[in-house]
Amino acid sequence: MIDTKDRTFRVGAGITAFMLVLILLGALWTPYDPNAMNAAEKMASPSLRHLFGTDNFGRDIFSRVLQGTGSTFLIALCSVGLGLLAGLLIGGLTGFYGGWVDEVLMRLNDSVTAFPSLLLALVLIAVFHSGRYNIILALGIIFIPSFARIVRTEVARQKALDYVANAKLMGVKDMRILFVHIMPNILPVLLSSVAIGFNNAVLAEASMSYLGLGVQPPDASLGRMLSEAQTYLLRAPWYALFVGLAIVLLVLGFGLLSEGLGGDGHA
Amino acid sequence: MDQIENVLEVKGLSVRYEDRSLFGKKTSFQALTDVSFEVRRGEILGLVGESGCGKSTLSKAILGMLDRATVTGEIRHFTPRPQMVFQDPFGSLNPAKTVGWILEEPLRVYGKYDAEERRRRVLDMLERVGLERSQADQRPGQLSGGQRQRVSIAAALIRRPRFIIADEPVSALDVTIQAQILDLLWDLRRELDLSYLFISHDLNVVYSICDRVMVMEKGRIIEQGAVDEVYDQPQHAYTKKLLNAVQF
Repeated sequence: MIDTKDRTFRVGAGITAFMLVLILLGALWTPYDPNAMNAAEKMASPSLRHLFGTDNFGRDIFSRVLQGTGSTFLIALCSVGLGLLAGLLIGGLTGFYGGWVDEVLMRLNDSVTAFPSLLLALVLIAVFHSGRYNIILALGIIFIPSFARIVRTEVARQKALDYVANAKLMGVKDMRILFVHIMPNILPVLLSSVAIGFNNAVLAEASMSYLGLGVQPPDASLGRMLSEAQTYLLRAPWYALFVGLAIVLLVLGFGLLSEGLGGDGHA
Repeated sequence: MDQIENVLEVKGLSVRYEDRSLFGKKTSFQALTDVSFEVRRGEILGLVGESGCGKSTLSKAILGMLDRATVTGEIRHFTPRPQMVFQDPFGSLNPAKTVGWILEEPLRVYGKYDAEERRRRVLDMLERVGLERSQADQRPGQLSGGQRQRVSIAAALIRRPRFIIADEPVSALDVTIQAQILDLLWDLRRELDLSYLFISHDLNVVYSICDRVMVMEKGRIIEQGAVDEVYDQPQHAYTKKLLNAVQF
């Protein structure tokens, strides 16, 4: 049982590390300019010149996958980070103080949760307009409730423990108790939720960009490219294949990581 | 401070828990009724009673740790910053921090000592409670129950209080470890001029360490006096019942 979990974690870590290397590579160097068009080499099939072939504008798909993975990864990272930060703050305060602040914020939380998340993201995008930073904002807002809820539950549970009573007795201030004493104890529990949240963010970014609401052309993102690839699915099946593979690996890596982490959050 | 006779005086203390449900139905529970006693300087005062009789409420009331309760009566402290040693050494130490960090925290909050002085005091206190200096870098999870309780005691004592409430400090421990912790508390009393309110449900433990004892039933103190007197000639039927139960 422990062995399977450990193996899951290792495989996940391996895939994630591989993807991170690719992302880093894409940030520093790509074989071709990802946005450079070449009319002479439209829809070229995979070859040594173009590892993943070229798209309908003759752009090198390998270069675009490298860049697109990086862009999707960054958006997912930032939106999870945003949601986590706000979730820690809201969940921490409501869990710690309870009372009417807790009631009001949690009911607000529930009402956000009640919306289908993608629909809510669409509404937010309609308000903020599309684009890289707005999609981070929209996804970040969507992630707040789930993080806030987890944090609130954990903080409330920790607050009842004697070490918190002890800290109060020793004259430690509330905010220091919450952020210095309690928070380190809930991070292990949060870790697997963060990994799952990251996965959702990758998929959500892909869906939004697929719908044309996220990263705008000519910049690459996995969802954006998938939607382009769809048009040429029969003429250039490798386009969708490699883009889809990048999404799958990104999600699979973190999925396995979170599964490997899951359950052993408590010391 | 050196002239004081009592470290704590409690007069006519009553505590009532009240809870109002969503639709305004009020429920209340009288946890303590008209409790009066004093803790004399240098003594170990025992408090015995069955679980749920109000022992922990009393300790929390004394240290001002009760929320959502109506407290009436008088509590007078004659020493600054009294501290508490909790029953469960697993819950009372922050699992995410090292022993050194836990012991240093009260000093950091106090803010009068520099890092070097804090470190010196932490290591000094570790030795005083019978732990190794190297254990400052361990986390509570790496320690045994007895060692953890030593850390709890060290954390309570690090700012040199003169009055300690020990709420069932040994009831979570094995009998042999119990004896070691009781010895430690006994020795520290002399070394650091401490007074204790020692709460326990275990009459044997109370007999072995306390000078005087109070018996609590349903939130009232029904009997108090020197340990020998109360154990030899219990006045109250409830005290007799408790003593018979452990075949004292």
